Amino acid sequence: MSVRQWAADLMLGVRFAFTGGREGWTRAVLTAVGVGLGVALLLLTTAIPSALSVRHEREAARSDITFASDPMPKANDTLVIARLDDYFREDDLRGRALEPEGPRAPLPPGVDKFPAVGEMVVSPALKELLESDSGALLRERLPDRIVGTIAEDGLIGSAELAYYRGAEGLAEQISQGRVERIDRFGDPEPGEEDSDPVLLLLVLVVFVVLLMPVAVFIAAAVRFGGERRDRRLAALRLVGSDSRMTRRIAAGEALAGAVLGLVFGAAFFMVGRQLAGSAEVFRISVFPSYLNPSPLLALLVAVAVPAAAVLVTLFALRGVVIEPLGVVRAGRPARRRLWWRLILPLAGLAMLYPMIGNGRENGDFNQYLVTGGVVLLLVGVTALLPWVVESVVARLGSGGVAWQLAVRRLQLSSGTAARMVNGIAVAVAGAIALQMLFAGVDDDYTKSTGQDVSRAQMEAQLPSGVPMAPAAEKFRDTRGVRAVYAFSEGYLGDRARDPEHGTMITVGDCASLREVSELPSCTDGDVFAVHGAEWDTGEDMSKLAAPGRKLYSDPTYEGGPTKQAVPWTVPQGIKTAKARPGLVAGTDRGGFLITPGALPDTLGPTLDGHAYLKVDESVADVQDLVRNTAAAIDPLADTVTWAETERTDRFDAIRTGLFVGAACVLALIGASLLVSQLEQLRERKKLLSALVAFGTRRRTLSLSVLWQTAIPILLGLLLSMAVGLTLGTVLLKMTSTPVRVDWTGVLSMTGIGAAVVLVVTLCSLPPLLRLMRPEGLRTE
Amino acid sequence: MSIGHTLLGLLESGPRHGYDLKRAFDEKFGHDRPLHYGQVYSTMSRLLKNGLVVVDGIEAGGGPERKRYAITDEGITDVQRWLATPEKPEPYLQSTLYTKVVLALLTHRDAADILDTQRSEHLRSMRILTDRKRKGDLADQLICDHALFHLEADLRWLELTAARLDKLREAVTR
Amino acid sequence: MTPPAGSLLSAEALRKAYGPTLALDGAEFSIHPGEVVAVMGPSGSGKSTLLHCLAGIVTPDSGTITYNGRELSAMSDAQRSALRRSDFGFVFQFGQLVPELTCVENVALPLRLNGTPRKEAERTALTWMERLEVDDLRKKRPGEVSGGQGQRVAVARSLVTNPRVLFADEPTGALDSLNGERVMELLTDAARSTNAAVVLVTHEARVAAYSDREIVVRDGKSRDMERIV
Repeated sequence: MSVRQWAADLMLGVRFAFTGGREGWTRAVLTAVGVGLGVALLLLTTAIPSALSVRHEREAARSDITFASDPMPKANDTLVIARLDDYFREDDLRGRALEPEGPRAPLPPGVDKFPAVGEMVVSPALKELLESDSGALLRERLPDRIVGTIAEDGLIGSAELAYYRGAEGLAEQISQGRVERIDRFGDPEPGEEDSDPVLLLLVLVVFVVLLMPVAVFIAAAVRFGGERRDRRLAALRLVGSDSRMTRRIAAGEALAGAVLGLVFGAAFFMVGRQLAGSAEVFRISVFPSYLNPSPLLALLVAVAVPAAAVLVTLFALRGVVIEPLGVVRAGRPARRRLWWRLILPLAGLAMLYPMIGNGRENGDFNQYLVTGGVVLLLVGVTALLPWVVESVVARLGSGGVAWQLAVRRLQLSSGTAARMVNGIAVAVAGAIALQMLFAGVDDDYTKSTGQDVSRAQMEAQLPSGVPMAPAAEKFRDTRGVRAVYAFSEGYLGDRARDPEHGTMITVGDCASLREVSELPSCTDGDVFAVHGAEWDTGEDMSKLAAPGRKLYSDPTYEGGPTKQAVPWTVPQGIKTAKARPGLVAGTDRGGFLITPGALPDTLGPTLDGHAYLKVDESVADVQDLVRNTAAAIDPLADTVTWAETERTDRFDAIRTGLFVGAACVLALIGASLLVSQLEQLRERKKLLSALVAFGTRRRTLSLSVLWQTAIPILLGLLLSMAVGLTLGTVLLKMTSTPVRVDWTGVLSMTGIGAAVVLVVTLCSLPPLLRLMRPEGLRTE
Repeated sequence: MSIGHTLLGLLESGPRHGYDLKRAFDEKFGHDRPLHYGQVYSTMSRLLKNGLVVVDGIEAGGGPERKRYAITDEGITDVQRWLATPEKPEPYLQSTLYTKVVLALLTHRDAADILDTQRSEHLRSMRILTDRKRKGDLADQLICDHALFHLEADLRWLELTAARLDKLREAVTR
Repeated sequence: MTPPAGSLLSAEALRKAYGPTLALDGAEFSIHPGEVVAVMGPSGSGKSTLLHCLAGIVTPDSGTITYNGRELSAMSDAQRSALRRSDFGFVFQFGQLVPELTCVENVALPLRLNGTPRKEAERTALTWMERLEVDDLRKKRPGEVSGGQGQRVAVARSLVTNPRVLFADEPTGALDSLNGERVMELLTDAARSTNAAVVLVTHEARVAAYSDREIVVRDGKSRDMERIV
């Protein structure tokens, strides 16, 4: 067989794909859209690593943390910068106050001119928010005039809320920790983030889990309209082509669809890239320019997808004999065998097994074995599913007419049904496994803040020197605040420099102090020493609290900046108090408790203000109201919202990635399900009309469409739960984490799968009802 | 087929001489068998005797004298009755049916009616044959089938003619 | 006008347009119990539309259809569907058997749509299949039987509910003459034995010959040949 003949046959197939009249076109475009969506998702996936690294680079480039131990002297190229990071509602708000100290002060990335005092430059997203009605609350906190926007290279995402505002007098606050003097932006030693083997495992599995359904989807897409194609091939046999030629022609058709699909995919990707710029999912947004797939991976996609399309087509034709007068399935299709279908998932398990118990300590996992094992397990689902569907469907008993119609159809073509849901099943199995893995390692990656949040839910920290009493009054006046416990806190050492012993000093009124310790009695002017506080373990309070002993507030340490070290003498008549859990648990207090009447004025500037707030969560935006008040008291005031647990950001990102990906994949599969459902309905137009003629209720036929999708999906979900739980268990064992099934995760993933079925069924109802109109009976 | 009715029908469009009648008949219906003038003469005499035509005038020219015939009211009624009566379904009916259809078109009658009536008559025969066939033995069935197929052929011709009436009207009235 | 006395199903002055095409333009119809009426006419004349209107599948734009004393156009879609399930039977040229169901399940389908339990429905279906000489096909699917056999299965299905009116639209259109005749014989015999009326749309004279009388539809108008002659 000459190469030329091959090429001619392939080209004939390509021609057929595009010149087969309206039907041919529809088929080619459907295939192309399917392949295109898959390609777009592949390209997007290959672009994600680079997008994340660009984000990381941008973040590093605008870093303003110096880690310098010595304070930098003021010069004409220095800048004092204050970090004002905050939240607005659920969103992070990145804020900086800038005070250039000379003409050569460094500009932050994306900003071309320093904002003057009373001015600020903001990110486009923040600008839009501030100008909208929903941003009015935030506008109160950021009243400065907007004089410009931050360019893309100064931001890590299109939806990031960020601003730089002009400030003065920051230099005096430098010691505060949130305020620094810098002469350049950028992390001086931008390093790769250390990759945790467990995190790496998670990322690997996420990628496999997302890409597998895409592969299944592409495989399904190139089979769109296969029956019609078979008929055309039969016609070709009738005019004299042999069976090998027809196969090559079929391959040519698939190739045409796949290549067109590549073009579509590139277009979809470009569109998706732009859309990605305007979307923010789970607090992560990116700029379109971040999403550049590496050329090598893109090339791989461009070659692999058409090749895969051709292979799938030939594989699908393997059991088919195309005769001149029609297409014959080779004999009665052999009963699906179980054994080789079981081999795949078992082999997958075998690959993962050796790594069980590796945990975090034993270091790395073999990436190839992990990937291979997971892939085999998931492919195993797609191989098992047709067998399960066939065996179960063959045993389904009697029911109503709708049920009977659906079951009989499934019995006759269970393979098609199984293929339809394979994608969903793979996605769900993978997602369930990941959910389990996440939930399982939750303990490690979720720090318990151990907070008892029943007495206070927010804390406002005021910079040194801000008088506490008026500030507390302002918080009390804030809407939604139920109680304010205001303290001034500081640290006492036994020497002015390099103290050996030291303890905490807390100033507050009697009511507030009672919240943090058990006082025998209290009147203004009392001073207490707290004994037995966990905080002071190792300190001998009775020595420190000896009346007449001289202590120093805010002592200086070797290597640190010189502090004020204001002396304070332990007064006569000091009382003792017992520690009790603080307002937020884990902060039980030791040291000295002083009522305002007993506080010498000299000590005031050495103390920081802390106000613990009990807020009414039912008041809308109460947290932002408090933040507004705090910002009004002092721009450097910081607020903390206490929650019972908080997750590390890194873990959040992976979880987020999974959800975004799973949502995309399920949407994609839903679309393909809909397409094949519609095609099937179109092909039975006449039958549907006939059924309506003899009085079949619309409900009956609609229900049968629902059953026909729901039965295989239900089976698919059950199987994917089994596989997902197995895979999850294995992965947990690999990380040496106790196995615990995250049922909410399982349910939510199966719920998403079920929702897709429902949406597909609902979307196919209008065409179904239209096809059921009597006009379908007209033959003339 | 009835030459008398045909000639009568031709007279409906206006009085004609005997030779005119022969020429008109030959042109419209006598494609393969032109009329002998004697046939025209004897037929017209019979029609005259029955009062279906009258002599409208005699022309004395250079040759033999020529009678001009005109149709009477009785004559018109006779044509109408003939056209409306379906032919007994039998083989080789086309020429009569064709004549009837063309005459109906020429005299601006509803030719489709003629075809429908004829079809109904044919179907009646076919029903009888079908019924006999269902009750009879194999020999009966075969014989009946033969007749049925012939009748069906006629009916197909009827259908085809019905579908082409507009064209036929154009052709014959030109 | 009132429907002719004793008629089971009758229609007056039916008009139905599909877009700019006038399918029916003043058509009339009437049929008695036990009567077989052929609806003839050239293709595109409105035969099928007339059948669809009579069966309550299509609602005419104007005109009245009376079945058993009830006005069809006054009924809701659900009521007409119910009527089709209980009182009417249908045979079409092709595309009417559900390919996934076995033959006996196909025949039992109308009974099951009426709520008859599966076992009982299939038992009744089988007696009808015996009458139409296709009971040996009960386990086969429509794809595995010949056209003539399939059409007999379809006839069995149309009769299984003991309909008062059987609508047949070119029932032999896809069959050769021998199979066509056999189907017609079985169909008319079965209908006569249950005193069902048959509305038979056909363009074939030898099929129409199985009728008691014929109605000709031309350009959307109907002609009842019996009333004219």
